[in-house]
Amino acid sequence: MPLVYWLREELGLTGTHLGCGKGECGACTVLIDGQPARSCRTTLGEAAGKVVTTIEGLGTPEAPHPVQAAFVEEQAAQCGFCTPGMVVEGAALLARTAQPDLAEVKEALDGHLCRCGSHQRVLKAVMRAGGRDKS
Amino acid sequence: MKRAVPTGGIDRRTFLITTAGAGLALAVGDAHADTEAEGWRPNAFVAIGPDGKVTVTVKHLEMGQGVATGLPVLVAEELEVDPAQVSVAFAPADAKRYNNLFWGPSQGTGGSTATANSWEQLRLAGAAAREMLVEAAARILRADAASLSAVNGGVVHSPSGRRLGYGELVSVAAKLTPPSAPALKPASQFRLIGRDGVKRSDSRVKSDGTAQFGADLRLPGMLTALVARPPVWGARPDGHDRKAALAVPGVMAVFPIPSGIAVAASSFWAAHKGREALNARWAEPADKVSTESLRRDWTALLGKAGRPAAARGDAEAILAQAAQRQSATYELPYLAHAPMEPLNCVVRLAPGKCEIWTGCQFQTHDQAMAAKAAGLKPEQVEIHTMLAGGSFGRRANPTSDYIVEGVEVAKVLNTPVRLMWTREDDIAGAYYRPMALHGFEAALDERGMPLAWRHRVVCQSILDGGPFAGMIKDGIDPVSVEGASNLPYAIPNLAVDLHSPKAPVPVLWWRSVGSSHTAFATECFLDELAQAGGKDPLELRRALLADQPRHLAVLELAAAKAGWGSPLPAGKGRGIAVHESFHSFVAQVVEVSIGAKGEIKVDRVVCAVDCGVAVTPDVVRAQMEGGIAFALSAALFGEITLKDGRAEQSNFHDYRCLRMNEMPRVEVHIVPSAAPPTGVGEPGVPPLAPALANAIFAATGKRLRKLPLGEQV
Repeated sequence: MPLVYWLREELGLTGTHLGCGKGECGACTVLIDGQPARSCRTTLGEAAGKVVTTIEGLGTPEAPHPVQAAFVEEQAAQCGFCTPGMVVEGAALLARTAQPDLAEVKEALDGHLCRCGSHQRVLKAVMRAGGRDKS
Repeated sequence: MKRAVPTGGIDRRTFLITTAGAGLALAVGDAHADTEAEGWRPNAFVAIGPDGKVTVTVKHLEMGQGVATGLPVLVAEELEVDPAQVSVAFAPADAKRYNNLFWGPSQGTGGSTATANSWEQLRLAGAAAREMLVEAAARILRADAASLSAVNGGVVHSPSGRRLGYGELVSVAAKLTPPSAPALKPASQFRLIGRDGVKRSDSRVKSDGTAQFGADLRLPGMLTALVARPPVWGARPDGHDRKAALAVPGVMAVFPIPSGIAVAASSFWAAHKGREALNARWAEPADKVSTESLRRDWTALLGKAGRPAAARGDAEAILAQAAQRQSATYELPYLAHAPMEPLNCVVRLAPGKCEIWTGCQFQTHDQAMAAKAAGLKPEQVEIHTMLAGGSFGRRANPTSDYIVEGVEVAKVLNTPVRLMWTREDDIAGAYYRPMALHGFEAALDERGMPLAWRHRVVCQSILDGGPFAGMIKDGIDPVSVEGASNLPYAIPNLAVDLHSPKAPVPVLWWRSVGSSHTAFATECFLDELAQAGGKDPLELRRALLADQPRHLAVLELAAAKAGWGSPLPAGKGRGIAVHESFHSFVAQVVEVSIGAKGEIKVDRVVCAVDCGVAVTPDVVRAQMEGGIAFALSAALFGEITLKDGRAEQSNFHDYRCLRMNEMPRVEVHIVPSAAPPTGVGEPGVPPLAPALANAIFAATGKRLRKLPLGEQV
């Protein structure tokens, strides 16, 4: 069973979204031992014994993760369905590269689809979270 | 944990899940977003609790376009409260209290009407509440109402400086008669409307994962159902392996419903595996539609006159004697909406009652359709409108397909049901934006100015057979020709006609509806006429729009901001287009680079929009940016092709969407306006594809007349 179903249905962690089931859209992205992974393409067996961090584990409403705060600042969500996957991916990027440039942000988020068209703001938000305001 | 899962018997204790905050607090039960707000309710849209907490009821679906932000601002402006302190509740389905004022007794969201139809209604709702609160304060303080003013959630007595919070006033206000004609603020006193600074009301929950979408809901005893549907339009069930499906752990029931064969299970994954094991077989019709056959048949129609949709002067006579003629044919494919959240709903039936949780666009139509399926009266169906993960028109459809399916399954199971569609169900299963062919003939005069314009549209009717069929007049489906029959250009002789061929493929409005194809055709062909007449594309538009000030203003603004006319390096080009849709005016200038192997890279899009008063300017900008990205996905990659009666695409790997590194730099400029607000959700879409194709022509000299542009350069 892919991890995403387990997270959503058994644990009730519904912030991880299922958008395509084929690893094409990125909405189901979680961190496994700190590395971003598509939870629709990761089996329970592959995740067993590892640390899984979902969007709910990144920050709290009171103390959001910098990427979450930046998404709010940049108003980067429209329908918001793709947002948690992008936030998780952005957090993973910042964990590896403290101040990514635009090319690095684009590369990291390349596997994430957004149908509403928030692309520009998503990129800005991750840049902002990395301390590269607005550019 | 209920049971071991099939994959190796791993249970949750094997995981080290790091979680925090509200994500775990998902005892969903009966909790839902549209609980009637507590407290004093002076009208259908405002509630104020004894603690002063204000709740605004939003009658429209929030599908990303920002109604849960912009509509409360209309109330907050008049009620004198901080929108950041306002809670938002989504209205229950109710055709009387919560109808779309432009649609008669019908509640729904579409046609970019949410702000426009709420503009007066919600300001009046806020103003009425404010006047009652002021009157209540006057009674409590024994003061003249003229000496009182509403300020930031309270009423202040200027002479004494005393202040009463709204919460202290509601019990007295509740006894007052609502004013029949509350006074609205003049625009000069707006502190929220038209100003930056308002943040989306849903940003935080969407960024921290606590936002609730339909599929997130869990009810006690709820099963999850998937439906095996015919892969070919018109196919009929011809056997399936029921026992094999039931043998899948977790699968509880397998049974036919009108649209296919339902597989209900304890989890989505079990239902998914069960549906695979079902191995449903279908008797396919002999005559199976294909894009190729449609293109052949419809191309033949381009040679015959259709039903007249618009005419002035005598286009045929001028064309017959023209010295210089120009003709072209444009083609656009079927398109899936592909909202990021796959379609779903949760249904709970009880004797005499049906509850539905979903993000739907057509609440009262869906209510009626669900009632019919459930054998109930519409008022016995309660729809709880959830956030929708995109829609673009898909969640407003004449058959209420995914909602009726949910009811059909719930009827059989006698337990709450979550009905899910997979991405494949969605992309391969229609509804689609119609495929369209556009044929043009034009005549130019000796100065190179267009003298006659004949435009023939071949496009399936969207409205035919649906709840808006009454809009079809004299055989003309107005949404097939919107943007074509109202061509804004001062061309003296004009004829637009329409063929509405039938096809088995269900079609539907798709972000910007008719303009999603007519704008591409008309704005590209106008560019062709500019070229044929030796004119600059901007100059020709300017000349032909002299009597269209709003078109002209956005055109000039976009051109100026884009530096129209300034030189570009080789391999780059600039294109322009302007289009009115949903009573808003949008012009875009696209800058494109063409790579050595013909790769199309969109570098920059400059957009100017006149949507009347921009209630929340940042939401307007976001909608323009979003419309541009959505349109760019379609212009570059989007197509559903049909072969052997079925769609050839099934998921995002073959129905491509714009990726992050393909997003151009977008600049949005809003024309200041005092006119009432008009649409913004859709009008950003239409100009993009023609401006891009025109830019490609400028860069390469190659005229592309078929979408998607893909690898045509």
